[in-house]
Amino acid sequence: MHELVERLLDGDRRAAARIITLIENNAREKEQLLRELFPHTGRAFVLGITGSPGAGKSSLADSLTSYFRKQGLTIGVIAVDPTSPFSGGAILGDRIRMQEHALDKGVFIRSMGTRGSLGGLARATKEAIKVLDAYGRDMILVETVGVGQSELDIMATADTTMVVLNPGTGDSIQTIKAGIMEIADVFVVNKCDRDGADKMAAEVNAMLDLGHGQNPNWRPPVVKTSTLDGRGIPELVEAVNRHREFAVSSGEFAKRRAQQLKAEVTETVEHYLKELLWQKAEAGGEMDKLLEDAAQRLLDPYTIARRILSVFDTVD
Amino acid sequence: MEERKIRVLVAKPGLDGHDRGAKVIARAFRDAGMEVIYTGLHQTPEQIVEAAIQEDVDVVGMSVLSGAHMTIFPRVKELLDENGADNIILMGGGTIPDDDITELTEKGYAKALFTPGTSTDDIVAWIRGAVQ
Repeated sequence: MHELVERLLDGDRRAAARIITLIENNAREKEQLLRELFPHTGRAFVLGITGSPGAGKSSLADSLTSYFRKQGLTIGVIAVDPTSPFSGGAILGDRIRMQEHALDKGVFIRSMGTRGSLGGLARATKEAIKVLDAYGRDMILVETVGVGQSELDIMATADTTMVVLNPGTGDSIQTIKAGIMEIADVFVVNKCDRDGADKMAAEVNAMLDLGHGQNPNWRPPVVKTSTLDGRGIPELVEAVNRHREFAVSSGEFAKRRAQQLKAEVTETVEHYLKELLWQKAEAGGEMDKLLEDAAQRLLDPYTIARRILSVFDTVD
Repeated sequence: MEERKIRVLVAKPGLDGHDRGAKVIARAFRDAGMEVIYTGLHQTPEQIVEAAIQEDVDVVGMSVLSGAHMTIFPRVKELLDENGADNIILMGGGTIPDDDITELTEKGYAKALFTPGTSTDDIVAWIRGAVQ
């Protein structure tokens, strides 16, 4: 067994941190690490938090962490922020809202840049969840980037997903736009100390009256919270717990986990396939020539694509 | 293939509330392709070290404008060592007199310290060299 995995299973937080880095960096030992961690995963409950930038996702993660800690649960937090597509750099600022827990050994917080991933999470987020799961965390909070209208990764990752909205942010058409409504298991109207929270909650409820979500037997509750004074946090935890109980008893939980595994295998196959393809195609070295021909309009991109794919014709 | 990325924790220890410099630096590191974990104001040495460990950073950069550098740098270095995180490079910047810079770097409490007016390119280049 890899020395780092042994140390992680012994509860060494530096090993946990280092394994996440190696996975993020796509290091040589990544696969071995994940293989050895996998038997120790599947126990943690994964709670997704998504919503627009500034909606209060980090502050909610902070408040929820305090609440769950009081119940004696150990917590992992994975907070994703955008990587600049220009420089490849990122400013990861979610810890600012979670300082209270910096010294609590029962809380492990990790910030991640998206590193080119577009669905609201980093490619390595699912894998980092497994690391913290094997590390023994009871509950893992995953905070998405916060683009707001295309964050579907979280649905394929979390056991319960909460969508965070704010008062006074757009009319009801915003709330029925495809995507964001369907992924919510729980709606949160955060910053309810501001005007318009009741109206926002009523609009979401009105939308839900017209139909909702993935499972007809679960109508997502709408909870008003304020992280300024902690209003609504116990109700939010109660809503999350209710969804969890529903998911387990209705078979939704098992179904989602099965779908997640399937998606993971598919993605991994596709990822390796892509790597393999480009390795082979670039080894062939004719890409530049083909592109030149395309610039001269001698060849079209579709013919070029077929030709690149033909490296697989000779595979066996 | 492996894609290494330099991770830097930018921290503002202690009581001074002037984080403009830290933000400028954080931005420069980002533009240089690094991942910057920004922790905000009023950090204790313990908080900084714990964050550095959980985030598995290569470098901790502290901005100190309060005059407390002679206590903060040794304390953070001590905590890093105690926690087995002596691989993390400790550096910083701020209004630090030359004599203190000499003392802190000679005693190993900081790998490098930069004063106001330093170009961000120089700091970026220094980090790239130090992380190798």
